[in-house]
Amino acid sequence: MKMAMARLGVALLTSTVLAGAAGAETIRWARASDALTLDPHAQNQGPTHNFNHHIYETLVDRDSEGTLQPRLATEWTLKEDDPIVWVFTLREGVTFHDGAAFTAEDVVFSLDRARSERSNMRQLHADVAEVTAVDDFTVEVRMNGPSPLYPNNLTNTFIMDKDWAETNNVVEVQDYAAGEDNYAVRNTNGTGPYILQSREVDVRSVLTLNENHWDETPQVTEIVYLPITDAATRIAALLSGEVDLVQDVPVQDIDRLSSTQGIKVETGPENRVIYFGYRFGDEPLASSNITDRNPFNDPRVREAMELAIDRDAIASVVMRGQAIPTGVANPPFVDGWTEELNAYPAVDLERARELMAEAGYEDGFTVTLDTPNNRYVNDEAISQAVVGMLGRIGINVTLASRPVAQHSPLVTSNQTDFYLLGWGVPTFDSAYVFNDLVHTKEGNYGAYNGGLYSNPELDEKIKSLGTEVDLDVRRQTMAEIWEVVKAERVLLPIHNQVLAYAMKDNITLPVHPENQPMMTDVTFAN
Amino acid sequence: MTMENAPAAKPIAPPRPKGRLRQALDSDIFYSYRRSPVTIVASIVAVSLILMAILAPWIAPHDPFNPASLNLMDGFTPPMSQSAFGDNWFLMGADNQGRDVFSTIMYGSRVSLFVGAMATLFAITLGVTLGLTAGYNGGTVDAIIMRIADIQLSFPGILIALLIFGIARGVIPANQQESMAIWVLIVAIGLSNWAQFARTVRGATMVERQKDYVSAARIIGVHPVLILIRHILPNVLGPVLVIGTIGLALAIIEEATLSFLGVGVPPTQPSLGTLIRIGQQYLFSGEWWILFFPAVTLVLLALSVNLLGDWLRDALNPKLR
Repeated sequence: MKMAMARLGVALLTSTVLAGAAGAETIRWARASDALTLDPHAQNQGPTHNFNHHIYETLVDRDSEGTLQPRLATEWTLKEDDPIVWVFTLREGVTFHDGAAFTAEDVVFSLDRARSERSNMRQLHADVAEVTAVDDFTVEVRMNGPSPLYPNNLTNTFIMDKDWAETNNVVEVQDYAAGEDNYAVRNTNGTGPYILQSREVDVRSVLTLNENHWDETPQVTEIVYLPITDAATRIAALLSGEVDLVQDVPVQDIDRLSSTQGIKVETGPENRVIYFGYRFGDEPLASSNITDRNPFNDPRVREAMELAIDRDAIASVVMRGQAIPTGVANPPFVDGWTEELNAYPAVDLERARELMAEAGYEDGFTVTLDTPNNRYVNDEAISQAVVGMLGRIGINVTLASRPVAQHSPLVTSNQTDFYLLGWGVPTFDSAYVFNDLVHTKEGNYGAYNGGLYSNPELDEKIKSLGTEVDLDVRRQTMAEIWEVVKAERVLLPIHNQVLAYAMKDNITLPVHPENQPMMTDVTFAN
Repeated sequence: MTMENAPAAKPIAPPRPKGRLRQALDSDIFYSYRRSPVTIVASIVAVSLILMAILAPWIAPHDPFNPASLNLMDGFTPPMSQSAFGDNWFLMGADNQGRDVFSTIMYGSRVSLFVGAMATLFAITLGVTLGLTAGYNGGTVDAIIMRIADIQLSFPGILIALLIFGIARGVIPANQQESMAIWVLIVAIGLSNWAQFARTVRGATMVERQKDYVSAARIIGVHPVLILIRHILPNVLGPVLVIGTIGLALAIIEEATLSFLGVGVPPTQPSLGTLIRIGQQYLFSGEWWILFFPAVTLVLLALSVNLLGDWLRDALNPKLR
């Protein structure tokens, strides 16, 4: 008995000492979903990259303003005499978690892996012709043509150790869609600031500080990552002190959390625009009562819709102020955004009804709107509000609400007449918007052009953006494309999303515009 | 007393047959109804909720199913107050879309009751048909039908309904899914509930089959289908009525569960379950009325129907009288 008491005393003492030790700080980080896989090139998905950024590192990185920063590469330039080759100078003295040295051969291996057949990161490296190591700390990437913005595509491409991958038989990327599993899905060996200690998929993952990391030592020494799907449970966990940080905070809970003692909420704009798309072309809509023509193909109908939608009301009621209404399908972070493009018309129901009558739809028409219900902030409620607003000008909308897993195939396979989607722009460049949303659907282009909009003149200009080296000419072309996209109402933008992180009030963590906060940026106040 | 004595003075005449109403009021069932205050309250609640649902288009103050009539700026108006942006007054407040919660409940109960009633009818039709077939034929047919029923009864009904709903989503083309949603829901709930009816009816049919009146009918050459419908069915319907009433309450709850999970009716035409799903997002932020009123309505509806079912079971069972 005495022994037991003594042991207990020692244990208590030790724990107090440990808790008091300077710099030893654990953060319990909750968000809505887990990383889908730890294989660095298997899924191009936000929460997956966000988690992996703590373990693996990329050549370049973005700060919270969106500017490129050196990470494993210290410098990157176009080769003087050969402007289609990018030269990356690598950081020296970096080691992987297992102690192996980081060298150029690891970069060559990882970039080749990232652009291999099964990689989900492929489209970002589509223009790469060859990757070669010049010496231990210099890598050359030869492109198929001039690619002045290629480094923008590298912010989520992680570098693995070649030998580790070969030893553990993970040279091939995990085939995620086929449900395949490999060693890299649950085991990691990166160069990043944290080392994976334990992982229970969808339940809990623990990361501890990498003492040998090249960068400044962060305040957080241990990360406990807790996926909690249900929003109310997630918020309850923060209120009861079970977690320190909640990344996905529902807009309706921001007020309540801000006014709670000991908790604060950080908000900031996300690099993501929410918009509606509709079907172009002469073919009648599958879900409409108008069976001889396509009402959306009439520019007057599209204008009437824009005039009927009250973006300010959506922002203030549905989003509770956590949205920035916009007239352009381009977030303000992105090159090509301007104040003029962002302007949007005031609601004018009378004019909208006139336009509908001029177009021959005095009695309106019916159509189905497809909306996701678990992807964007209050996505279903936004769509519901728009159903009401369009109802006032005679457009009788049926709402079809689905989880994103079933919704996005409808858009990519063009089985929808009218849909809601959100678009984030990881390259911070308008070309990323044009390539996928505006360009005619063909080959690598127009993957998310759900309405099959097609304008050969714009296609030419969009293609020229990929190879234009003169940045002024390039900006001019982007402005011209945006002008047409806005005038023709190719997309019907609603707002830019605002992100909210809730945390204990001794923690400081600014909102990251791509929603990929790093725990290395966390500071604690005492 | 004088009334009773007066006719006795007259010459003896056959007693006048009582009117239908008088007959019903004198029956054992009505007697047990009058004797049970819980049942009286339950029936009043159920009838008023059902009337409210049926008459919603005429008595509801707003039409929440007409999206054009909504004003988003009315959203989140508290109960018993005026909207800050318009002159609408809301008894039970407004939800996140500016819909009047009171009117939405009336319209929502309509959807819930319609789905519940249709699904129960579907389950009864299917279950009784299969039960009669199994009980009358016996042998292999009986074995096959009853094993299917056994397998189905070993799963929770909600899982089967979810499975059926998922399959229907995959089979029906995307642009018809919303217009079909309510029928898919009815079939899904109906299919998940038929087994109890089949089991009960099968048992009763096996007993009836041995009785003389069935043998007599068979000997004079009545077609088996006619025997089943005309002779056996009326004698096995009693228990079906009881399970049917309780089944209605279960079907309403099952519909609410499916809609709560987001696989039910479209959000622009919410049922009670959809309203509860929407409302639970606003619990932390303090807009309690969006959840509270629909939830209370659902509880009242399911409880009152269930109590009526219990009473019916007791009243129809001679042993409990």
